[in-house]
Amino acid sequence: MATYDGLFEALGLGDWCGGGATGGPMTMAELLARAQGGGTPDGAAEPAVPLLETPFPSLDALNQACGAIPRSRDMTRGVEQGFLAIKDPLKVVLDPITQPLSWMLDLSLEAFQAIPWFIMIPLLIAIAWFSTKKAGVTLLVAFSFLFMAFINYYDDAIQTLSIIFVCTIIAVLLGVPVGIAMSRSNALQRSVIPVLDMLQTLPTFVYLVPLIFLFSVTESKLYGIAIILYAIVPVIRLTDLGIRLVDKDVIEAADAFGMSSRQKLWGVQIPLALPNIMAGVNQTIMMSLAMVVIASLVSAPGLGVKVLAGIRNLELGVGLVAGFCIVLLAVLLDRSTKAALGRIDASDRG
Amino acid sequence: MRDDMNEGEVKISIRNLYKIFGNDPKAALQHVRDGVAKPELLDQYGHVLGLQDINVDIRAGQITVIMGLSGSGKSTLIRHLNRLIDPTAGEVIVNGEDVLAYGERRLAELRQNTMSMVFQKFALLPHKTVLQNAGMARRVKGEAGSAIDEDARKWLGRVGLDGYEGHYPAQLSGGMQQRVGIARALASDSEIMLMDEAFSALDPLIRTDMQDLLLELQRELHKTIVFITHDLDEALKLADHLVILKDGAVVQQGEPQDILLHPNDPYIIDFISDINRARVLRVRSVMETTTREGSGLAGEVDAHQNLESVIAISEGDTNLHYRVMEDGKQVGLLHMRDLVKALVPVEAADPARRVA
Repeated sequence: MATYDGLFEALGLGDWCGGGATGGPMTMAELLARAQGGGTPDGAAEPAVPLLETPFPSLDALNQACGAIPRSRDMTRGVEQGFLAIKDPLKVVLDPITQPLSWMLDLSLEAFQAIPWFIMIPLLIAIAWFSTKKAGVTLLVAFSFLFMAFINYYDDAIQTLSIIFVCTIIAVLLGVPVGIAMSRSNALQRSVIPVLDMLQTLPTFVYLVPLIFLFSVTESKLYGIAIILYAIVPVIRLTDLGIRLVDKDVIEAADAFGMSSRQKLWGVQIPLALPNIMAGVNQTIMMSLAMVVIASLVSAPGLGVKVLAGIRNLELGVGLVAGFCIVLLAVLLDRSTKAALGRIDASDRG
Repeated sequence: MRDDMNEGEVKISIRNLYKIFGNDPKAALQHVRDGVAKPELLDQYGHVLGLQDINVDIRAGQITVIMGLSGSGKSTLIRHLNRLIDPTAGEVIVNGEDVLAYGERRLAELRQNTMSMVFQKFALLPHKTVLQNAGMARRVKGEAGSAIDEDARKWLGRVGLDGYEGHYPAQLSGGMQQRVGIARALASDSEIMLMDEAFSALDPLIRTDMQDLLLELQRELHKTIVFITHDLDEALKLADHLVILKDGAVVQQGEPQDILLHPNDPYIIDFISDINRARVLRVRSVMETTTREGSGLAGEVDAHQNLESVIAISEGDTNLHYRVMEDGKQVGLLHMRDLVKALVPVEAADPARRVA
């Protein structure tokens, strides 16, 4: 007999319940409890439960008394069934939409890897120089890539860079318009912010769970979507914030001279919000780097795979060196985007 | 310049304008019309009475100054003219058309072609050069080409900013930034210029310079200017027509000299008690208007001279009389006794003069 038998009897639900716990597999905890307590054979009268050990009326505890109430594991299975039920219709819609992402990721990976190192490294150094015009940052980029190439981690680093490249571009292309729309409508802002909060607080591994069900692990878009969802948040937030923070007096002046809302957006709001938007882009790059490592769990190539190998095979050295390369990549991406951003800011003020 | 102005046609006419801030301004408006005053409206109904039954005619070619302390609703009022703020009730008629009936396109045209605005905090585009800022109005209209830059350069020169075309606003001092603001407004080639506390953020010497610049430009351009200020000296210096606001209502309006000599409200008497009347009042305001030949005249003075200069000529002798001349003709006689009496602040005049 279970603790809550009396409750169901009192409510007159005994018949509906149809007796005590349903059959089916026992949980490990139940098995252990039985083994330890020497076990009371089914049907035999259990000793009365002391008041202090009264279990919380949870699904499992209630199920003991009333078989019609599902157990916790039945509930999770229900969720799973529900998810599987909508999986197919969802896939019909999502698959074609997201297919280009796979192509882009694969194409970019091929392209980045097809370019020989003696072109790629100078190219990256040149990009660093022309976007930042800072000798220090350029030297950092040069040193980092030469170092990674020297220790044979160049290919992984380039793969990681390629994924970040594609995901950041898509995140910015999607995020900036969403941010602009949010800045113009309070209702939209109110409804999008909880979604952004959720995306940001969700543990990164939890992202991968529904995606694995939806798409096959061999498809590149699986990790592409995970990275974009995770990394898009700051660029949306900071675009919205940046536009909302534009000096009200300047906006009023634009109105007073009869600017249309399009002229105002392109001529005043976006240029003045640009430092904030660029800060968002910087954060988006950093977050895609964070996610690309975790995404190696679902077959994203690059440095993350090496880190994972380090964990799986207990290859301490491989894991540490790959981790160091990720830090290097993070620092150089951060420094060069910040320096490029600083130049945008400076050219505003002349 | 000030005399024949009263005949100027009415450019902007504000009729029975009300503005109430709150959740349900229409309902609150009914309370106001039923006689609920501003403090009660806030206490009992939670609405702020911004403007209350404003009636002002703004004449072409004049500088109309709207003066009031902070919170009096003057900045709210000027924003009704180009509908940066929409009223709760009333009419704003510009060039004979009710701008409140305008749709989005007509409103944009009004703002682009008919009215320009100068702001207290300058509100220049920080990411554009001085030259681009000055040319902004015409670029907004959709014009393009080098003509805009040429025009902008001309106006920048006119406000004394030659050589600063390539600078960014943040590189200029406050006074210079406001010169850009004025050049930007002038370059739009609009007939009406709204100036919202345009000189209030500047330090006193620069402010005087800017006032002189404005008067000098006005002598040449004859724009219709609506100027907002909280500074009485500035108001008296610039105004052809002075409107005094208090708690969202017009307390008195008219010719500044007239308001000074015949204030009709304790509030205005308080206001004007501290100013240097001898410097502000003009001969024509205190003279006896007549064409008769006076006897024993000590000389001739100009109708536009201020009293201070006449006192200097008379060396303080209150028994003298002067012939008052304007454009080479006699327009009146000035008795020094009247002049001295005019220097004493007046008590509230007859209630018939009350406007509000």
